Amino acid sequence: MSEFLSYLINGLSLGSVYAIIALGYTMVYGIAKMLNFAHGDVIMVGAFIIYFCLSKFNLPIIVSLLAGILLCTILGVVVERLAYKPLRSASSLSVLITAIGVSYFLQNSAQILWGSAPKMFPANLIEGSLKVGELSIPYLTLITIAVCLIIVVALQWFINNTKIGSAMRACSEDKDAARLMGINVDTTISITFAIGSGLAAIASLLLCSAYPSVSPTLGSMPGIKAFTAAVFGGIGSIPGAFIGGLLLGIIEILSKAYISTQLSDAIVFSVLIIVLLIKPTGILGKKIKEKV
Amino acid sequence: MNKIKGLLKNLFSNKKKSSTISFGLVIVAFIVMQILIRTGNVSSLIKSLLVPLCAYIVAALALNLTVGILGDLSLGQAGFMSVGGFTGVVVSAVLSNYIDSKLLILIIAIIVGTIVAALFGFLVGIPVLKLEGDYLAIVTLAFGQIIKSLIENLYIGIDSTGIKFSFVNDNTHLLADGKMIINGPSGVSGNLRLSSFEVGFVLILITLFIIYHLLESKSGRAILATRDNKIVALSVGIDTKKYKLMAFVISAALGGAAGVLYAMNYAAITPVKFDFNLSIMILVYVVLGGLGNLTGTIISTTILLLLPELLRGLSDYRMLIYAVILIAIMLITNNEKLKVILEKTKKSLTKKGAK
Repeated sequence: MSEFLSYLINGLSLGSVYAIIALGYTMVYGIAKMLNFAHGDVIMVGAFIIYFCLSKFNLPIIVSLLAGILLCTILGVVVERLAYKPLRSASSLSVLITAIGVSYFLQNSAQILWGSAPKMFPANLIEGSLKVGELSIPYLTLITIAVCLIIVVALQWFINNTKIGSAMRACSEDKDAARLMGINVDTTISITFAIGSGLAAIASLLLCSAYPSVSPTLGSMPGIKAFTAAVFGGIGSIPGAFIGGLLLGIIEILSKAYISTQLSDAIVFSVLIIVLLIKPTGILGKKIKEKV
Repeated sequence: MNKIKGLLKNLFSNKKKSSTISFGLVIVAFIVMQILIRTGNVSSLIKSLLVPLCAYIVAALALNLTVGILGDLSLGQAGFMSVGGFTGVVVSAVLSNYIDSKLLILIIAIIVGTIVAALFGFLVGIPVLKLEGDYLAIVTLAFGQIIKSLIENLYIGIDSTGIKFSFVNDNTHLLADGKMIINGPSGVSGNLRLSSFEVGFVLILITLFIIYHLLESKSGRAILATRDNKIVALSVGIDTKKYKLMAFVISAALGGAAGVLYAMNYAAITPVKFDFNLSIMILVYVVLGGLGNLTGTIISTTILLLLPELLRGLSDYRMLIYAVILIAIMLITNNEKLKVILEKTKKSLTKKGAK
């Protein structure tokens, strides 16, 4: 029983990281209606920045994290302005290809700048564990889950109670109408990218603390998984990304523990397919009616 | 006789113009390439790229059927290539004990690979096509990942007692005379390298023929109608599900054929080769070539595949430049101002032509 519980908590922790990344995907999708394939690579850039801050400049964790968040936010906004903004009226496939181009660009820049050999992320940043009966839960795990919860609640509050939040909701409903109401759509989209990229930096710290290896392709697999999680929960929905991320993490860890390590990816994606067949727009997704 | 006349007439009529251009382009390119090879003007690097190029073209043409002609975004083309490729490898390894002709082995391998990929396309297509838009795309991505993951756990060996399969762990227990064909994550080694540029060329022609023929047929029109307006198509009595599945299965089958051609070009090949990145790469070829435009697909695949090789002098920077070019093409082709200018020049040109 305690074994199962510890797997479950591990799953929650991994799922929390997926959920934080998925929030970036889902917010951008909700407002700009685009799949931002480069999001995973923003995580990679964040990981490198935090890695350098920690091990080269010996900065404290909080300062490193803030530096990561700041630089990732700038990166996200710059990419959006340069690559995605000119394509606002283009077909979604053109935007997708551009995002793929940005993803290649970031990966290869990282490879040229920092080399392709994986770097060891300073492990044991947060040591110790909480003992509850037989169970021993690392503090890192608890912090990861707590950070994710705080982010989701804060974002939900932000979207529903602030002026920028309502501007975001308006843009996701109807951009032209929002523009007529005096909302600056471009700024709103930029803010969305900024938030998503900042969250990616937080995710990269949590991810690398658990899996301490930093390389230019670090972001692609968590990126795909988190994207899957966002769709799983219903893309465009913040609580959906949260639930999707957690479920994906739990399924992955449990199938690794009880079924097969090698087949865990296959199991995760099979569950996704089954969920989408039962609920074609994800767990919390809105059903869009097709107009004739 | 009349039928042949009709076919010839069709081939050169205006309606068939785009197909004539595609066929012409491929044939001329093949002849030019052959002359260059015979006269020794082709570097060994370019020569080694010819078969992969043919395989990518076939895979991209097949994907264009799903993405461009059917209008559904698929992110799992590499999965079907993988199924076809590894089926082809097993078939050729078994047949090489019985048949001497390399060409015959390759042809049988391609046919079997195509059929198995079509079967997978059918099985995947039934659930996938119930969904729409981005949800459909993500499920094709998921299937691609599942297929990769399954093949990474597949062990197939052959010895004097027959073929042996096992899954997850290697339990084939081959006899001393046995040989491992697919060895889990480390994939295939000691594969017969049967693919050739000529076979690739013929495969491209067959693919073009199948897709153009489909487009001209009643089914093809039904597929186009489904893409353009599903509700109208349904209301005039088109069974949209059936035609969607049909296009999807043909696309998967041709993807499988491309996979066989690709896999049989290398002595060693791993399942990781057919990952998500390959699906994306082929999708890039299709989108840049123009959705539904087969000639464009062939040209864009050729340019984009050769581009990194031409940039090889820039060593480390080549993929970076490739990425920049990709973004630049998208920004330029979608530039509103540029579009207006192009329209104007087009109009003035046609006006002059009319006068």
